[in-house]
Amino acid sequence: MGWFEKLKESLAKTRDNLTQKVEAIFSFTTQIDEEFYEELEEALIMSDVGVKTTQHIIETLRKNIKDKKISTPDKAKEELKNIILDIMKKDKNLSIIPGFLPAVFMVVGVNGVGKTTSIGKLAYYFKNKGYKVLLAAGDTFRAAAIDQLEVWSQRVGVEIIKQSEGSDPAAVIFDAIQAAKSRKVDILICDTAGRLHNKRNLMEELRKINRVIEKEGSNFYKETLLVLDATTGQNALFQAKEFLEVSDVNGIVLTKLDGTAKGGIVIGISNELNIPVKMIGVGEGIDDLQEFDPEMFVEALFETVK
Amino acid sequence: MAFEGLTQKLQETFRKLRGKGKLTEKDVKEAMREVKLALLEADVNYKVVKDFVNSVTERAIGQEVMESLTPGQHVIKIVHEELVNLMGAKESKINISPKPPTVIMLVGLQGAGKTTMAAKLALHFKRNNKHPLLVAADVYRPAAIKQLQILGGQIDIPVFALGDKISPIDIAKASIEYAKKNARDIVIIDTAGRLHVDEDLMLELESIKKEVEPNEILLVVDAMTGQDAVNVAESFNQRLDITGVILTKLDGDTRGGAALSVKAITGKPIKFVGIGEKLSDLEIFYPDRMASRILGMGDILTLIEKAQQAIDEKKALEMQQKLEKQEFTLEDFLEQMQQMKKLGSLKDLIRMIPGIDVSKLNDIDFEENEREMVKIEAIIKSMTKEERRNPSIINSSRKKRIAKGSGTSIQDVNKLLNNFEQARKMIKQFSDIQKHMKKGKFKFPFFK
Ligand SMILES: Nc1nc2c(ncn2[C@@H]2O[C@H](COP(=O)(O)OP(=O)(O)OP(=O)(O)O)[C@@H](O)[C@H]2O)c(=O)[nH]1
Ligand SMILES: [Mg+2]
Repeated sequence: MGWFEKLKESLAKTRDNLTQKVEAIFSFTTQIDEEFYEELEEALIMSDVGVKTTQHIIETLRKNIKDKKISTPDKAKEELKNIILDIMKKDKNLSIIPGFLPAVFMVVGVNGVGKTTSIGKLAYYFKNKGYKVLLAAGDTFRAAAIDQLEVWSQRVGVEIIKQSEGSDPAAVIFDAIQAAKSRKVDILICDTAGRLHNKRNLMEELRKINRVIEKEGSNFYKETLLVLDATTGQNALFQAKEFLEVSDVNGIVLTKLDGTAKGGIVIGISNELNIPVKMIGVGEGIDDLQEFDPEMFVEALFETVK
Repeated sequence: MAFEGLTQKLQETFRKLRGKGKLTEKDVKEAMREVKLALLEADVNYKVVKDFVNSVTERAIGQEVMESLTPGQHVIKIVHEELVNLMGAKESKINISPKPPTVIMLVGLQGAGKTTMAAKLALHFKRNNKHPLLVAADVYRPAAIKQLQILGGQIDIPVFALGDKISPIDIAKASIEYAKKNARDIVIIDTAGRLHVDEDLMLELESIKKEVEPNEILLVVDAMTGQDAVNVAESFNQRLDITGVILTKLDGDTRGGAALSVKAITGKPIKFVGIGEKLSDLEIFYPDRMASRILGMGDILTLIEKAQQAIDEKKALEMQQKLEKQEFTLEDFLEQMQQMKKLGSLKDLIRMIPGIDVSKLNDIDFEENEREMVKIEAIIKSMTKEERRNPSIINSSRKKRIAKGSGTSIQDVNKLLNNFEQARKMIKQFSDIQKHMKKGKFKFPFFK
C-alpha cells in the first residue's frame, strides 16, 4: 500500500466525520442561505475547529461567495476547501527534514499526548531515510519513562543516552549533545517530561534545557516539535501558545488521529498560531507516523463518501 | 486569559439585557447564542449544548424576572442552575462490596491517566484504612507495568504483575485470587489505554468484566477532551455499562466541557477528579464548581447575585456585632467558610472581581488554598459545639481526637487554632478602628 493510500485510510475517520456532515449539508441544501451557513458552522465546530476559526472560515466564505458571485453549493464547497487549504499552507515549512546536520529535535507537550511513542516512530522514520539517530531520555520525572524510551530505542535499533530517574533533565541533554558530537550522530531526538502548560516552574525547566542546547549545540540545526493529541479540544491552542513562550516551537506532531477525534483542531492551530503540522500519529505501531500533507488532508476531508 | 474575548462579549450581551423590565423571547435568544458559544469554547459537545440551550431558553422565557435582579442577571442565574443540574446534583462515592475484595476496573483512551489514577485511588483507600492491591494489566504499552510497580512502591502498596506475556484477562483473574489469599480488600485493575473503536481491545475489556465482575468500572477521561468525548463515553458505556467517570488533568487551564458532555451522554456520575501529578492530588467531584468552571464567566454580576443568596444582610450584621464583642467563634468561621464555598472556587471568585489582572493569578496556588480550606473545614467539623465556641478548652487529648476525626495531624489542628486566635485579635483591632469611622458594610474578614 502506498503512503498516500495509507494516509487516506488513516484519515478515513477524520474525513468520514467531517465530510459526512459537510456532504449532508451540501446535498440537502440546494441554495446558499442562512441555514446553509449555520449548518456549516455546526459541522466545523463538531470537528473541534473551534468557534473563532469557524467564524473566520464562514466569514471568509461569505465574502468570497459574494465577491466571486458563487451561486451553487458545489462551487461553495470548492471555495471552502480552498479557504482551509490556504490556512494550512500559507507561509509554512511543512518538512520535518532538518535544514542541515547535525540536528537536535526537542519533543515537548502536555502529559500523555504521545511524545515518547512519537519519538520512537520518528527515530524509525529518520533511520529509514539513512540518518544516524540518537535518543535522549529527558523525561527523568515520570515513573518508568526512561524504560519506555529504552524499549523504543531497542525496537528501532538506535542508541540512547540516559541517566537515572530523578536526575536533572538538562544534564541528560548536555550528555546527549556531547555524545551526539563524539559519535557523529546526524539527528538527536530528546524526550521531555509531560507538563501542563500552566505550571510555571516546569515551563521554566524547559527554558533551561533550551539554554543547554543553545550553548552546547550551537552548530546544530534545532527543531522543537510540540506533540498534540487530536482528541484534545480547544485547550490544544493554549498549549501551543504557552509552549511557544518558552521554546521556539516550529512544528506540530498531531497524534491519535486513528480514533474518531475529528482533528479539526489542526485548522485552528494553523490559523491562529501559524505553526505547521508536520507529522501525524495514526496508531501505536512503529510505522504509524505519517508526513502531514495539507493538500491531501483537505482533499481527503471533502472527498465524497461512497 | 484565553477566554477573555468571549467573556467580554458575554458581558456586553448581558449589559444589553440589563435595565429592561422583562425578558422577551428575543432577549433570551440573543443571550443564549452567547451562552452557546461560551459552552462550545469550553468543549461541551455541540448536541449537548443545543439541548441545554433549548431547555434554558424555554425556562427563561416562561419565567417572571426576580425582583432584585435585572433580566440579564436572571438569565445567568438560570443558566448556572441548569448547568449544576446537568452535572449531577450531589457527589457520588465508590461502591464498596460487602463481600471483599471490592474490584475496581479503570478503562479509557491512551494517555488519559489511568496508571497514575490507579495509584492515586490506592493511596486514597489506604488512607481510609483499606488494603488495596494494584493490578498491572496493561501488557501493551512499553514499561507500563514498571510504571505501576514504581508508583506502588512509592506508596507502599503491593502490585500484582505477571509480566507482559500473559493475557490481561488471566492477569485480572489471578489477581482476585491473590487478593483473597492475601487479605487485600480492594483490587484496582489498571488496563491498557485503547481506542473505543478498537474491536479486539474492547472485546478484551468485556472479557475481563465477565471474569472478575467488578463493583466499579470507571472511565478515565482527560478533562481536555474535545467534541469526541461523547463518542468515547458512549462506546465505553455501551460496551461495559460503566459505573462512573474520573476526570484527570483538571489542574490545567482547560474549561473542562467534556465533563458535561460525558455526564449528559452516559448519565453516570463523575466520582473523582485528578488535580496534579502527585499521588495525593485526588479530589472528590463538586458539580457546582465544575459548572462554574465550564461556564467560565468572569462576570461580577454572578458574584453579586450568588453573594446575595449566600450571605443575607442580617447575618452579616450579627457577625459584625459578634466580632466587636469578640464573640466570633470557630462555629461562625465554619459557617462563613461554607457560605463562601457556595460562591464557587476561590479562583473563580477572584476572577469575577473587576479590574483584576487575571494573568497575575497564575502565580497563586489556588488548589493549595482550597485544599487548606477543606482541611480547616474538616477540623472544625470534628470539634464539639463547645469546643467551637470556646477553643481554649481544647487540650492535647482533645486535639488528638479532633486530628483523628478529621484525618489531619495535631500540627494541623494547632495551626488552625493559632491562626484563628491571631485573626480574632486582628479583627478586634480592625473593628475598633472601624468603630471610629463611619460604619461600613461587613466584608469577609478571612478573605485576604
Ligand atoms: N491510538 C493511538 N495511540 C497513541 C498514538 N500515539 C501515542 N499513543 C498512545 O498514547 C499513550 C501515551 O503515549 P506516550 O508516548 O507515553 O505519551 P507521552 O506524551 O510520552 O506521555 P508522558 O510522558 O506520560 O507525558 C500510549 O499508550 C501510546 O501508545 C497514536 O497516534 N494513536
Ligand atoms: Mg513520555
